[in-house]
Amino acid sequence: MNRSAVAMGRPAAAGTPGPQPFDPRVVRADFPIFSTPRAKPLRYLDSAATSQKPAAVLEAMDHYYRGYNANIHRGIYAIAEEATAAYEDARRRVATFVNAGPRELIFTRNSTEAINLVAYAWGRTHVRAGDAIVLTEMEHHSNLVPWQLLAKEKGAELRFIPVTGSGELDLEVLPRLLGDGRVRLVGVVHISNVLGTINPVAEIARQARAAGAVSLIDASQSVPHCPVDVKALGADFVAFTSHKMLGPTGIGCLYGRRDLLEAMPPFLGGGEMICEVRLTESQWNDLPWKFEAGTMAIAEAVGLGAAVRYLESLGMEQVFAHDRELAAYAIERLSEIPDVRVLGPAIEKRAGVVAFTVGSIHPHDVATVLDDEGVCVRAGHHCAMPLHEKLGVHASARASFHAYSLREEVDAMVQGVERARKLFAR
Amino acid sequence: MSGFDDLFRENILDHYRHPRHQGVLEAPDIRYEDANPLCGDRLRMDINVSEGKIADIRFSGHGCSISQAAASMLCEAVQGKSLEEVKNLTRDDVLEMLGIELGPVRLKCGLLALKTLKAGVYGIRQWPGEEEDESEGGT
Repeated sequence: MNRSAVAMGRPAAAGTPGPQPFDPRVVRADFPIFSTPRAKPLRYLDSAATSQKPAAVLEAMDHYYRGYNANIHRGIYAIAEEATAAYEDARRRVATFVNAGPRELIFTRNSTEAINLVAYAWGRTHVRAGDAIVLTEMEHHSNLVPWQLLAKEKGAELRFIPVTGSGELDLEVLPRLLGDGRVRLVGVVHISNVLGTINPVAEIARQARAAGAVSLIDASQSVPHCPVDVKALGADFVAFTSHKMLGPTGIGCLYGRRDLLEAMPPFLGGGEMICEVRLTESQWNDLPWKFEAGTMAIAEAVGLGAAVRYLESLGMEQVFAHDRELAAYAIERLSEIPDVRVLGPAIEKRAGVVAFTVGSIHPHDVATVLDDEGVCVRAGHHCAMPLHEKLGVHASARASFHAYSLREEVDAMVQGVERARKLFAR
Repeated sequence: MSGFDDLFRENILDHYRHPRHQGVLEAPDIRYEDANPLCGDRLRMDINVSEGKIADIRFSGHGCSISQAAASMLCEAVQGKSLEEVKNLTRDDVLEMLGIELGPVRLKCGLLALKTLKAGVYGIRQWPGEEEDESEGGT
């Protein structure tokens, strides 16, 4: 199924060679979208929005639909058992990838749904009037709005860890935010989708626990790009999504500490999440199925499993090093252009995300000129309006990378930014 | 989708670089501000009305070249026109002024000025072209 040298590489184990030397051009050959004929070359620098998919993922999903499409956990015929095994294999693989147990790994639709699951099932039973929830000023709307809804419903208070001028969290404030013992949950993004800032989430989770609060890490931008060990982070909940980690859309994950998940009521009610149903009441299924109501995204789970296998073959340390090398290069090149302001901290503290502004030129206009060069970047507020307000910019353009990204794509972007400066000079 | 050279025709760049009617009015008869939540653009229209006609109009705010040029062109077009004529302006009128075709995302950039103008003058809150479809109302 996996054709290239890199994809054939097995996860490092005793007696077998480790990952192959990392070459983004070899990786790129595994992604059919880059060889699809088109008018101008595809220079895709928007992997923080969604990643491209390797052939191994597409083939795994295709193989499921063509070979053993059946509903899971129900049929006792051969292809139903095959589908169930593939779905649960995918769960085990993803769980192992982040060092979770399979019962602690719940499939959702995406990170947003994973966070909403916690806000609904945990939040509604643990947060009361007068309680507080601590978030940060750099959260994606997905880790902001669910807590706004909960706080409003319960009469709880939202508190925020501020962002400094250099785009980092001001953690000196945290002990004071936690000090009165009213905080029930601390929610924080692991890697900012705008600034690329890598936040010290293990330390934040430690302080949260010491203050009697649980922690939720939005790992949407970290699990796809660097090694993440949920146990080492000491987090109670961790949310991430398949489509940013080379997998398909439509499936995401929630890791939850087992005792917390056991004590929580279900999120959605329906089939599969029950073990016994009477007309007026039901008993819930075991973990993790208690939280997986209705027919799940089976093909997508299989695809996500294949994506994790692929990422393991690349080696997450190598993916992370590559992303950061490109980010450093992009910052260096962009900084040579007058009027360009790169948002976020120094390279040592950031991942493969580079947001910037170009004088008074609107990011939409920058992105439109870049599009003419085949360069795809995001332009806007990247679902982080409060953060942009804090940084004093209306919007920004953002380049982001993954294992298939090339230096020459950064060069093309820089060239396009120069062209935008000339075109929109006034 | 129109090509790049179409999108940045000289008339759009001209209005972008030298916007007409940009600014604010002291104590205008009508002041209305609206936003495009997709891109965070904001636009304000200040209008003075005299004998049922637009005596003076100014726009302010921030946005991309398409939204700024559309605001400039629209203000130029409605200056001195009756409020009845403003009410009859459509999405196609703005697109004709711009002289380009816009994809679904950039369409809202092009129409923000007309939406703001009609909301300010007539309280019509829908996006131009979507007025009939109540189910789509409120973006």
